[in-house]
Amino acid sequence: MATKTIRLEYLTRVEGEGSLVLDVREGRVEDVRLSIFEPPRFFEAFLRGRAAAEAPDLTARICGICPVAYQMSAVHAVESAFGIEVGGQLRALRRLLYCGEWIESHALHIVMLHAPDFLGFPDVIAMAGAHGEAVRRGLKLKQAGNALLKLLGGREVHPVNVRVGGFYRVPTSGELTALRPALAEAREHAVALARWVGGFSFPDVGRDYEFVALRHVDEYPMNEGRLVSNRGLDIAVAGFEAAFEERHVAYSTALQSVLRERGHYLVGPLARFNLNHDRLDEGVLALAAELGLRPGCGNPFRSIVARAVEVLYAVDEALRIIDAYVPPREASVRVEARAGVGMACTEAPRGILYHRYRIDADGGIVEARIVPPTSQNQATIEDDVRLVATRGIDLPEEELREQCERAIRNHDPCISCSTHFLRLEVRRR
Amino acid sequence: MAEPKRPSLAVWKFASCDGCQLSLLDCEDELLALAGAVDIAYFAEASSTLRPGPYDVSLVEGSITTEADAQRIHQVRASSRTLIAIGACAIAGGIQALRNFADVGDYISAVYASPKYISTLATSTPIAAHVKVDLELRGCPINKDELLEVISALLAGRKPGIAEESVCVACKRRGTTCVMVARGTPCLGPVTHAGCGAICPAYGRGCYGCYGPAEQANTAALSAQWRRLGADRRSIHLAFRTFNAAAEPFRRESDAHGHEDHPA
Repeated sequence: MATKTIRLEYLTRVEGEGSLVLDVREGRVEDVRLSIFEPPRFFEAFLRGRAAAEAPDLTARICGICPVAYQMSAVHAVESAFGIEVGGQLRALRRLLYCGEWIESHALHIVMLHAPDFLGFPDVIAMAGAHGEAVRRGLKLKQAGNALLKLLGGREVHPVNVRVGGFYRVPTSGELTALRPALAEAREHAVALARWVGGFSFPDVGRDYEFVALRHVDEYPMNEGRLVSNRGLDIAVAGFEAAFEERHVAYSTALQSVLRERGHYLVGPLARFNLNHDRLDEGVLALAAELGLRPGCGNPFRSIVARAVEVLYAVDEALRIIDAYVPPREASVRVEARAGVGMACTEAPRGILYHRYRIDADGGIVEARIVPPTSQNQATIEDDVRLVATRGIDLPEEELREQCERAIRNHDPCISCSTHFLRLEVRRR
Repeated sequence: MAEPKRPSLAVWKFASCDGCQLSLLDCEDELLALAGAVDIAYFAEASSTLRPGPYDVSLVEGSITTEADAQRIHQVRASSRTLIAIGACAIAGGIQALRNFADVGDYISAVYASPKYISTLATSTPIAAHVKVDLELRGCPINKDELLEVISALLAGRKPGIAEESVCVACKRRGTTCVMVARGTPCLGPVTHAGCGAICPAYGRGCYGCYGPAEQANTAALSAQWRRLGADRRSIHLAFRTFNAAAEPFRRESDAHGHEDHPA
């Protein structure tokens, strides 16, 4: 058997940097290791001794793609430690801000990072020649999401307006209503984009994943809910660390998270859709059905469809929140620090993001724990690669490599979050 | 007639959050035009086509925190005609430079179960500490309009028209009521470099210094004003010790207000 080694300098079109090593012996995939070499930045270490009030601004810097997710998990965890509840319109505004990030981040992933895989282009710019309308629609959608972030957050990347207890400033009704026309137009783009994506050809792969997502009593989950799975997990967020374990493997600076009882699991749009489709309204469900996305879908390549369906949901939800908006009298509820421990889990675009803080009586952070979605998906992504590589073992090297990269991109990995640097290495022995 | 050769652009990432390079993809209205004006030759986050240098312009995001990156930045410099450092990580070491004030061994064991697997430098340092930097674009994150202006200016061969004053000046120009004078809210605007658009005061909060120190910032006078507003030493110490903690004027001022160590 010929021995062959292929190297790919970087895994491209993902956020952050990492590498993949594939060991092939006599035509069989022996080992798959997704390595994340993102230099550690030690957030959980330097958060000790900082003020809990700084957590949303500091942890936002873990990820420039999903800063709102970090801010939301941070404020909810700190508020839980302080015994504060933020309700009414302030709660709705937080959900609206999250809608902005879902739209922006999903549109970025669908059009700029992922769709080129299905259509055989190296990037969005090359794809724009043949698919100009779809690309323009995607950019318009992204812009609509960013407009929400800019108004509610002050800017698109690392918003400045989120604080423990609420916001620094709330928008006027007029400011929100002004976004309506662009969002109504975005709704049309979202439907068209979803149909475009639904028309791609999907490799016939089905996996029996354990999906994990938040579940809320009546909403599609964003900021609140219990942690549930399709295999019977149903726990309060406070039970996260008892149910999940983070493991440190030698080849990665990201910790891998597993369910203590059952092992690998999947978070993100496919998991959310499968566990919460009954929280979607008829219009969104009808579109999902039209595109062939059915509850229980275990085809990772179809995650792009779930993402597109969620874009439509987020646009609709944003419109609903804007229409029901009555400016609250205060931009923030009263915050009084007290000693305690607070946990929160929110649905980042890529899946659940867990924060825990232990806080002293002066409001100083004593201990912090952060589990981002990509570390939770890391082991499952390796399993996907193993499956795809096994099926494609006889493919020419270039195609095999492409298939593996696609299997990774299906899950929109945010490697910056997990910690950097993806290099694909196939070792054939 | 042959088309004139478009200048080539490369985007590089070191220790960072990706937010500054994302600003390029956030130029929704201008992205396709930009791609027509420059040849995007190397941008791993956006394209699978990675072409070898040399490059006319390199945008460098992130700070140097590993031995491998300390080597790699020299290769980037050698293959780039113009090197632009973008963002607080590349210019000041970023939030991860908080390790410079701590024991990195303690940091590693606080986060990782098996510290022996982790290889990292004890400090996070800016790009200019390693190689010659031609231009620095401030911010955590950078402002995408300023980024477009820098690229346009380079294409036109002129000096970029980017902010040079303090946030305080930009805030006055924006017509925002001063949060420090009117509400007694501590604000870093007088000592912070502009470029963000003076967003925080417009949202009713004090500037938190994410664009780093302004030229000739009188940080001591500002701290004295914060004390008069009731800020304690610890909050002044923390305010200067964030995304630009290792930038000299901010480092000095935070040191002047205590060296509170992290609890063991």
